[in-house]
Amino acid sequence: MSTITPETHIDSGHNDDPSSNYLTSSSGFMSWAFTLDHKRIGVMYLVGIFAAFFLGGVLALLLRLHLMVPNGLFGDWVSLNSYNQLFTLHGAVMIFLFIIPSVPAALGNFVLPLMVGAKDVAFPRMNLASFHLWVFGAIFFLIALVTTGLDTGWTFYTPYSIETQTNVIAATIGAFILGFSSIFTGLNFIVTVNTMRPPGMTWFKMPLFMWAIYATAIIQILATPVLGITLLLLMGERILGIGIFDPSMGGDPVLFQHFFWFYSHPAVYIMILPAMGIISELMSVYSRKPIFGYTFIAYSSIAIALLGFLVWGHHMFVSGQSPMAAVIFSGLTFSVSIPSAIKVFNWTATMYKGNINLATPMCYALSFIFLFTIGGLTGLFLGALATDVHLHDTYFVVAHFHYVMMGGTVIAFVGGLYHWWPKMFGVMYNEFFGRLFCAVVFFGFNLTFLPQFVMGSRGMPRRYATYVDEYQIYHVLSTIGALALGIGMVGAIAVLVISLFNGRKAPANPWGAATLEWTCTSPPPYYNFEHAPHVDSPYDYSGLKYDPQIGGYVKDPNAPKPAAGHH
Amino acid sequence: MLSILADTMFFPPERSTVAGSVDGLFDFIYYLSLFFFVLIIGAMIYFVLKYYQRPGHTETPSPSHNEALEITWSVIPSILVGVIFFFGFTGYLNVREAPENAYEIQVIASKWNWVFKYPNGAESSDLHIPVDRDVKFLLQSQDVLHSFYIPAFRIKMDCVPARYTSTWARATHTTGSGIDDSGHAPLRLFCAEYCGEQHSKMHRGVFVHETADFDQWVEKAANILENNPPEIAGEILFKRKGCAQCHSVEGDNSAKYPGPPLNGQWGTERQVIPRGSSSPITVTMDENYVRQSIRQPNSEIVVGRKPGMTVFTPQLLKDEEITAIIAYLKSIK
Repeated sequence: MSTITPETHIDSGHNDDPSSNYLTSSSGFMSWAFTLDHKRIGVMYLVGIFAAFFLGGVLALLLRLHLMVPNGLFGDWVSLNSYNQLFTLHGAVMIFLFIIPSVPAALGNFVLPLMVGAKDVAFPRMNLASFHLWVFGAIFFLIALVTTGLDTGWTFYTPYSIETQTNVIAATIGAFILGFSSIFTGLNFIVTVNTMRPPGMTWFKMPLFMWAIYATAIIQILATPVLGITLLLLMGERILGIGIFDPSMGGDPVLFQHFFWFYSHPAVYIMILPAMGIISELMSVYSRKPIFGYTFIAYSSIAIALLGFLVWGHHMFVSGQSPMAAVIFSGLTFSVSIPSAIKVFNWTATMYKGNINLATPMCYALSFIFLFTIGGLTGLFLGALATDVHLHDTYFVVAHFHYVMMGGTVIAFVGGLYHWWPKMFGVMYNEFFGRLFCAVVFFGFNLTFLPQFVMGSRGMPRRYATYVDEYQIYHVLSTIGALALGIGMVGAIAVLVISLFNGRKAPANPWGAATLEWTCTSPPPYYNFEHAPHVDSPYDYSGLKYDPQIGGYVKDPNAPKPAAGHH
Repeated sequence: MLSILADTMFFPPERSTVAGSVDGLFDFIYYLSLFFFVLIIGAMIYFVLKYYQRPGHTETPSPSHNEALEITWSVIPSILVGVIFFFGFTGYLNVREAPENAYEIQVIASKWNWVFKYPNGAESSDLHIPVDRDVKFLLQSQDVLHSFYIPAFRIKMDCVPARYTSTWARATHTTGSGIDDSGHAPLRLFCAEYCGEQHSKMHRGVFVHETADFDQWVEKAANILENNPPEIAGEILFKRKGCAQCHSVEGDNSAKYPGPPLNGQWGTERQVIPRGSSSPITVTMDENYVRQSIRQPNSEIVVGRKPGMTVFTPQLLKDEEITAIIAYLKSIK
């Protein structure tokens, strides 16, 4: 019997039949749109961000196709404008609508309360509001898209963003609203982790995914308001001409860049930290080894979150800021590379003497280490001042941040999605096709972005609708890669969607993971747990035994209790 | 051998005194990164091959942390990034601060044009500099952010409206000989900060001359009006001031050019909409019309076109120069 008493629930008509789960407990549009269940909110986020990912991906393919020939595949004069809108909306949609909410709001919402053995997040209504705000923000982006478009780049740099005739106002209102959505999610997670951990789950017995989400939430609530204020000032500038950023009125355009990057650099860590959290889980579970150097990984998440606030000026080495400021920001930038390097070493060391299960999530985790290492190492060229001057605003930068953001976050997100999919929907996907499309994604990704490092260091500037002939070969390779990557991504998602219809029923714990979310049934019941879960070490696999009958792992009653405090 | 491969793969030719040190640092980071990449990915692949799940294989207990190892792999990268930081920073100060007595060229960026002004009053739309001499570029922008980027010199600096920024270079090789453009294979100069519609077309050539050639070139460039008949001077100015970016002189009336075509138009009538009015009026293309369209381009817009032309103040285009452009416009059929 359930030990948890239900509180008031909006989804009236949910049934208390113990065999039902959160997907079947109630039905109808309203039971989803106004649910307070973190799992349903997570699933709705998942649908929403995949729609955004699809839109951003189509825009990416269009702009890659355009760049196949030096003068643009789609004509000349008209295409300059359209191209500028394509790359702007690709960036804005991917950043604001997809990648920032991807791991925390979709996977985090689903997994985090289960990981703490709770029935929901601390503030379920705020959680729902966060999703509704995301929808409103997305609507404003769509308004910008279908009216006059947006051609400022996702960075909205002044004074161009003050002058352009495109719909900057709709897009900034959209980003402003999405900021609130992000703050609500962050606040909810901080309170959930602080107050709802079960007895026995001390800070250093938390799964590392929780550490990562917690560090992310700190950034979300501290940095996002700065973006909100900056965007309000930009709107004031366009509507009222207040003259803060407009040089013709005595304003300072470089000030905008300071404000903008004070949010947007930490936002890079909003994107990558949760992904690192996923990788910590995956490397441990699929190597069947306790994560190596738990404490270092946990502390490095917090270190990245805090140091991430001090490095925004590295986006401005050639902006005309003082050389002294540039030198300080360069030094601080290198300091943030160390905690990231530590994590990579720890993940690799986790595999040592393990029993590595090359299931699809692990294939994504290995891809992540490969791609994120390239992304991280190429950051060194950009952090060093002398080389950054040459590489700044070239395709080298484009390649670098795609290796971190897409090769890092998106790959980890897809890996995490495959890992938690059986828990979320109670079905197993086809392993063969899962791995196959993982390989296609890996191949397509590298073919897309490796040539961009070369053309960038050879001087090809970014955000160019047309280019001089000598760069064509790299663009052609990159476009072919992008098409392969597109096929791989569609395939990877199709494998999951198809499993909903023909997937084998998932056991409670198909991977033999030791974190709490795997102790409830798949998919979880409405209130998550039948009984208050018992907290063990999140990375101790000794008590779990594979049962071929159910195709998953079960607790071995004869296993010795894990030694206390093995960290 | 590897270093030759890397150079040809990654870099445009080195054509300034600082390029070598930038590429040297790039190579240093490159080999260091390659070393760590091979180390990490090598270890990963080795572990996967050695410990993958197969019948009869199981995990073996091993320590889940090792402080000595973890401190080592924190401290060694810290030292290495400290070294990279140091070389990056000394190299950067070198690019930021121009040597004293450098030859100074003013660079004025606007949507979507570059104007280079030389100390003797000469102006050009492509950049011309002498070889083996320190040249300081004093950068300004007329409208939005632009960025002055010459890949072969490894220099880049934003042009910020209402502010001066600067960078400098000392070219090590000429791009050809003679004062005529056709004797040269110019280097590339790009705009590297997104500045709107024609951002990607805002690239020009960089001509590096022998000192004697440069002196001759800059002398001739300073006196276009005196050294040429008015139509020829007007044609040079028409191209140099960026007019050809937006106006066809071959009768192309398509949307490829934002402005109306200008050949064969002299003395003809056209429909224009005065600022603040909604109904068109008829004007004749004559001297006063052309002058007004240059000084106040948005005051009367040709029907079917959008306002967007740069305002040419007397600082950007002198009255005598407008006279020469008028002579040129009269001459093109």
